[in-house]
Amino acid sequence: MEGAMHTTAKVCTETGIEFSPRGPGCSLRHFACEQNLLSRPDGSAAFLQGDTSILAGVYGPAEVKVSKEIFNKATLEVILRPKIGLPGVAEKSRERLIRNTCEAVVLGALHPRTSITVVLQVISDAGSLLACCLNAACMALVDAGVPMRALFCGITCALDSDGTLVLDPTAKQEKEARAVLTFALDSVDRKLLMSTTKGLYSDAELQQCLAAAQTASQHVFRFYRESLQRRYSKS
Amino acid sequence: MKETPLSNCERRFLLRAIEEKKRLDGRQTYDYRNIKISFGTDYGCCIVELGKTRVLGQVSCELVAPKLNRATEGILFFNLELSQMAAPAFEPGRQSDLLVKLNRLLERCLRNSKCIDTESLCVVAGEKVWQIRVDIHLLNHDGNIIDAASIAAVVALCHFRRPDVSVQGEEVTLYTPEERDPVALSIHHMPICVSFAFFQQGTYLLVDPNEREERVMDGLLVIAMNKHREICTIQSSGGIMLLKDQVLRCSKIAGVKVAEITELIQKALENDQKVRKEGGKFGFAESIANQRITAFKMEKAPVDTSDVEEKAGEIIAEAEPPSEVVSKPVLWTSGTARIGEGVENSWGDLEDSEKDEDEGGSHEAVILDNIKMDTGAGVSDIGSQDDPIVLSDSEEEEMIILEPDKNPKKIRTQTTSAKQEKAPSKKPMKKRKKKRATN
Repeated sequence: MEGAMHTTAKVCTETGIEFSPRGPGCSLRHFACEQNLLSRPDGSAAFLQGDTSILAGVYGPAEVKVSKEIFNKATLEVILRPKIGLPGVAEKSRERLIRNTCEAVVLGALHPRTSITVVLQVISDAGSLLACCLNAACMALVDAGVPMRALFCGITCALDSDGTLVLDPTAKQEKEARAVLTFALDSVDRKLLMSTTKGLYSDAELQQCLAAAQTASQHVFRFYRESLQRRYSKS
Repeated sequence: MKETPLSNCERRFLLRAIEEKKRLDGRQTYDYRNIKISFGTDYGCCIVELGKTRVLGQVSCELVAPKLNRATEGILFFNLELSQMAAPAFEPGRQSDLLVKLNRLLERCLRNSKCIDTESLCVVAGEKVWQIRVDIHLLNHDGNIIDAASIAAVVALCHFRRPDVSVQGEEVTLYTPEERDPVALSIHHMPICVSFAFFQQGTYLLVDPNEREERVMDGLLVIAMNKHREICTIQSSGGIMLLKDQVLRCSKIAGVKVAEITELIQKALENDQKVRKEGGKFGFAESIANQRITAFKMEKAPVDTSDVEEKAGEIIAEAEPPSEVVSKPVLWTSGTARIGEGVENSWGDLEDSEKDEDEGGSHEAVILDNIKMDTGAGVSDIGSQDDPIVLSDSEEEEMIILEPDKNPKKIRTQTTSAKQEKAPSKKPMKKRKKKRATN
């Protein structure tokens, strides 16, 4: 436990020296994650990126309705609940993106004719909501012990009117941006699992954003690793 | 997913324990579970934990037209949601009996008790009033939802600040938080629900039942009370007959519990206010306990993006250049245009009108032109230009038109050879036509 704390502290200082950020935009906001905080779901996680916060709960592999049953793999369901009002079209489209990402990594064939349900609750939205949803979903799936091919993370990039790249933008930055791009990357080969974009950008900018997201994903995956190391440090 | 049924032995065990004045979590009969209140970064957002039961409360506001019969009163709207996250048995988008019952109880507890001054929410009588919406989401169900929900609703309402407005004549000005400090709602009192579970037809009583106890209880009595010991709502459900003494005893206990909870709420609100005033850190990130091994935090991480442009440049350089685009649109006739190299619309080609055939022929000529160069089987100007054009309706010709440009060689050489035999006079004519078209 003590050792784990020390190493994390060391890593933090190292990163501080190692990288000299080019601008204020090229950094991720502070991250926080708490796993297994709900008693009812099989796995749960609260994920905070700056002031954006998502709570995720996972049930599964569990009993599935006959109408939704798939005979050779698990049925994956994602439910995203907004904080105010009832879920609308925006939530449905995000649900679909998250579900497709999860389906790409979850080894559903190991649990045929079961259901895996991921419930996401928006606690507060301060930009990069979809990326935070993806991260929370991944941590909750890990907590539930659902077999996965790889971990995944979500990274949001925003492009300013003058083409400056901002990673993990806040709500204000997202609003002012010319284009907002969200990517989901897997932890094994850092390949793209999902991408969704809004606004205008050139192909060179897309590649730049993707490269930046891949660099940023290393930090997120290191965060995952350290948080799990800490969690399993005590037997 | 269906709820896991409670086995008979579990049920018997729980009831036996209650008879012996023992509870599974080690509490006494009148003990509440621990209450924890944490606030979000924005106003009117809180999470209340009652033991393991967890509830999220969020208040929002909107300017709307008032109800016709109450022109000077603001509107209060409560919405309790039982998310599937809380328990697998809750289905999304379904109004279950439990949900309706809880929503109604919450409304009675908070709206009908007139704890919020609705007249102060009026901006222009008969035209503009504030609608205050309270959304309560159940995040984890471990019994006694109503107590947790009522605490969350009251805390969120106390914490909420609405934007300031000013009225000058007909004009209503809405101020952003930067221009003018948002104003708090005027709250007269804080009604809080306290639940009592009855077992064995009212012989045994427990305060704040947890999920297991709720499943074996015979009846439930909910008393909503404020700290002045005024009862706001009382509801008995489950079909048990209670004596007058029992109800009086319960109301006495409720008075004590409500006083404790109100004090806790006020302390939590004061704490948050103090932190906000001093400019310290607030929000849910601060409420995560650092010492827990399931929790982990990372400070702001700078990401080195200096090589991003080079990387992107490399990828683009490696990638195939985009296909050449015909910049000039091709005009077939007035009112039509073609951009790019796609085959033109072949709809309505079924009947062999002369014009269609001509165009089709010119296309074919493009292809044939290439092939001639490749194969070297140059078909010299054998036929004179005046020779009549014989257009065959064979299937081969149709194939030529529909073939994609990718690997036209194989099939087309075959067809050319076939056609060379058939109508050698046709080709030079078409070639000439094509030139005309491109020019």
